[in-house]
Amino acid sequence: MPTLTRWFIKTSFVYLALALIAGLLLAIQSMFDLTALGGLFPIYIHLLVFGWLTQLVFGVVFWMFPKYSTEKPRGSEFLGWWTYALLNAGLLLRAIAEPIQSVQPNPITGWTLVISAVIQFLAGLTFVINSWNRVRVK
Amino acid sequence: MPRLSARFVRASMIYLLAGFTLGALMLAQDGISYYPAITAVLPVHIEFLLVGWLVQLAMGVAFWIFPRFGLGLPHSRGNETLIWTSFLLLNAGILTVALELWIPVALLIGRVLEAGAVIIYAASLWRRVKPHGGPA
Repeated sequence: MPTLTRWFIKTSFVYLALALIAGLLLAIQSMFDLTALGGLFPIYIHLLVFGWLTQLVFGVVFWMFPKYSTEKPRGSEFLGWWTYALLNAGLLLRAIAEPIQSVQPNPITGWTLVISAVIQFLAGLTFVINSWNRVRVK
Repeated sequence: MPRLSARFVRASMIYLLAGFTLGALMLAQDGISYYPAITAVLPVHIEFLLVGWLVQLAMGVAFWIFPRFGLGLPHSRGNETLIWTSFLLLNAGILTVALELWIPVALLIGRVLEAGAVIIYAASLWRRVKPHGGPA
């Protein structure tokens, strides 16, 4: 398994644990009606579906899809690392800024969300650019 | 990878980009409120990423890697016509569901198409869920 795949998969497991902790906090919030934990639901969903599931898929695709070429079997490893960095930077920025923005909106967290949105989109774009030509008919 | 899997996987990547685009637009709206109506695309964002990206990718990869009925034999991956039908129904369903933003009944029609796609797909691949080289 390539190094980048190991990073994707291990990081995805961390997000899975964080998502389940967020789910626990959501349960506590609904039981005790804690408004201080506002904005947690979208974080829970995105930690689970983006941080865990999509990140796991990205890592496995980088590893298992047909080789791009003999010299570069996995396409651009450099671009793959950019995908990893953008995905995780975007998700972490969101996880920090979104709950604050939902409870106490301010320009700093507002623009952090905009930056996070752009970064997460770029993560998807770099993944598709790097993987598209590895989808080969044989 | 067989041609049909390549179609599933490439379609899933297009939905990934479309879903990420809608998600980014909504997240930016949460940050700076530039166009509040954009939040209406939430169901389409979910549809594109769950069904268009994840479900479709899984269907394409499963068709590629599941055990076959004998290497080199014709139809070793089962009835491809049925799986092509499933591919077309699934994508027609996703796009029809997306029309719910303007035509509410499109949600129902799209879901019927998606359910049909998945039933045909599961029935077609059912016998390939078997040990490698073993009987169906």
